[in-house]
Amino acid sequence: MAKITMREAISQALMEEMDLDPSVFILGEEVGVWGGTYAVTKGFYDKYGAARVKDTPIAENAIIGAAIGAALTGKRPVAELMTINFAFSAMDYIVNQAPKLHYMFGGQFTVPMVIRAVGGGGRQLGATHSQTPDAIFAHFPGLKVISPGTPEDAKGLLKSAIRSNDPILFIEHATMYQIRGDVPDGEYTIPIGKSKVQREGKDLTIVTYCKGLELSMKAAEDLSKEGIEAEVVDLRTLRPLDMEPVLESFKKTNRAVIVEEGWKSYGVGAEVSSRIYEEAFDYVDAPILRVAQKEVPLPYNRTLEQAALPQVPDIIAAVKEVLK
Amino acid sequence: MAETISMPKLGFDMREGVLVRWVKNEGENINKGDVLAEIETDKATVEVESSASGVVRKLLASQGDVVPVGAAIAIVGSADEKIDVPAGAAQPAAAKAESKPAPQTPPTTPPITQAAVSSQSSIVNPQSSMIKASPLAKKIARDANVDLSRVQGSGPGGRVVRKDVEAALSGGQPSAIAAQRAPVMGPPSTVIVSHEDELITPTKLRQAIARRMTESKTSVPHFYVTHEYKMEALLDIRKQVNAYLPDDQKISVNDFIVKAVALTLREYPNLNSALQGNQVLRHGSVNVGVAVAVEGGLLTIVSKDTDQKPLRQIAIELKAMAARARSGKVHPDDIEGSTFSVSNLGMFDVENFAAIINPPEAGILAIGAAREVPVAVNGELKVGWRMKATISVDHRVSDGAEGAQFMQALAKYLEEPLRLLV
Repeated sequence: MAKITMREAISQALMEEMDLDPSVFILGEEVGVWGGTYAVTKGFYDKYGAARVKDTPIAENAIIGAAIGAALTGKRPVAELMTINFAFSAMDYIVNQAPKLHYMFGGQFTVPMVIRAVGGGGRQLGATHSQTPDAIFAHFPGLKVISPGTPEDAKGLLKSAIRSNDPILFIEHATMYQIRGDVPDGEYTIPIGKSKVQREGKDLTIVTYCKGLELSMKAAEDLSKEGIEAEVVDLRTLRPLDMEPVLESFKKTNRAVIVEEGWKSYGVGAEVSSRIYEEAFDYVDAPILRVAQKEVPLPYNRTLEQAALPQVPDIIAAVKEVLK
Repeated sequence: MAETISMPKLGFDMREGVLVRWVKNEGENINKGDVLAEIETDKATVEVESSASGVVRKLLASQGDVVPVGAAIAIVGSADEKIDVPAGAAQPAAAKAESKPAPQTPPTTPPITQAAVSSQSSIVNPQSSMIKASPLAKKIARDANVDLSRVQGSGPGGRVVRKDVEAALSGGQPSAIAAQRAPVMGPPSTVIVSHEDELITPTKLRQAIARRMTESKTSVPHFYVTHEYKMEALLDIRKQVNAYLPDDQKISVNDFIVKAVALTLREYPNLNSALQGNQVLRHGSVNVGVAVAVEGGLLTIVSKDTDQKPLRQIAIELKAMAARARSGKVHPDDIEGSTFSVSNLGMFDVENFAAIINPPEAGILAIGAAREVPVAVNGELKVGWRMKATISVDHRVSDGAEGAQFMQALAKYLEEPLRLLV
């Protein structure tokens, strides 16, 4: 086990897969010479050269379109979107082309591509550069959506994603690149579409992912001092959604809080709680609450931005409400 | 001059009555003594007569209203005079005729919904969505046969949650546990028919009995004395006497017993009494009350001056009062003024039982069946007729010795019944 950062974990996954399979290549804005806006691909240009680490114009639809074309013709592209907010410029390719080609061509083609995108707020990048639109992309059959919360999960899942023959959106978080975590030595992968209990507890279930995991683990620690033991279930993959550990936990605790950075309306929490009510109705002892971003465009001002984002005290308050 | 008719006080502890039915309507002629309305009290449904003649000008209460004693219920006057509605007119009570959904109540008091006037049962599904409970709590309650309406909810807004139902199951709220379904015995092919639970609203009579009997049992220190009586002579005399009487005037065993009790009470005035504060009121008259089963409960009809009336008169009066009681047409006089009560369950083959004293009386005699049984007579085994009776006595007024002596004295009249005929 080594304790490494999220950045290092993602970087290691990319490098290991590029070493293993020559058809894997990277494309995106500033990925090559600059080494990546978040320094994930630092050193890659020197190691693999321009053929496999391609700097692109500022044209997201071209980036994704080219990646789809490359995937259709036998390559395994890993396209990078500098921020997921730019995905809207390539929306047709991401939700209309990539996930549907395999189906619409009757299985004749696969689209083995990964789109790495950086989401989330908290860096004062303004309303149009700080969104968490994960739920929108998870809505489309044919597109897999992964969003890890720990370095171990990030490395293992990215490797699985690159090896997968499906189009995958891999969502990272702008403020999590420097978090540290234990990562197993040697070769390992983590299966796509499996939720994981990151912390065991008996009093209630917190369901979350990505940034929400970081906040929920901190909240669980604080709650533990008051004698409340929260079980934290990390979704890791949004589509396909693995409800089994969630339901198993809920049947034990009968109460749940869902934590996400996106807005509450039409979000991940809406999907998860709905499934809990559908599949574990008789186990529900209290309404399921969702902790999410306030329903406003995220402010630029530091204080306001922090006030609009979900924080640890919000989670603690929701937990106590649910336990009443 | 218009006259105001008020809700009459038809009983010693009557506080209110229900206006069941107007017999006369506004605008109708009425004579003094005519029945104006039917009133339901704690004890019975009674006809109320008009104290004036004239035209019913105004009815101040609606059918089904609960009216306090003394409140005006109607105005009778001449057809064209000016009338004022009195200030103390009966106000129709809000929502009294409806049943309210059972609220969360403290576990020791089972909720009683407001009685519908016609005393029909109101059927409320205890698992209905009117009760706030989490899906989990409902499931646990369903599986364990717990009545959710009786479980105190500790969740937001009084919601019943799992831990509340579990607390009820572990004995914290014993009244919430419904009778456990007996395990199903029998061959595996048995088809179980599930029956719906039924929630009944007790009649006003039943509620009144409940109140009075609880009061009696919790405040009167009862003691009991049982005595077995030789009934051959009485049964024989009765047979002989009834041979001379028409069918509708035949005398029952109970009539004999009632007279016997009355005569014995004369010898034991202390048992013909009522506790009043620190003093004991020994009644001048002996009025024996007789328990009669009626629909929805029981009434105690009263024979006045029983010790002085001939057996035949007692029998005729009791028969008439019992008929009125059973048909719901009892007079207030029929059920007031008893100084001692008698209750007979002999017709149900009961060997012996102990009754609860009707406050403020000092005692009550419970009569069992007269049965043909083996008896010892002078060392020999024979067959005889025996009847057990148990007296319940208020220990604040009397004691075991007196109770026993009363029962022994009663034997004089029951076993030598010619005394009852003179």
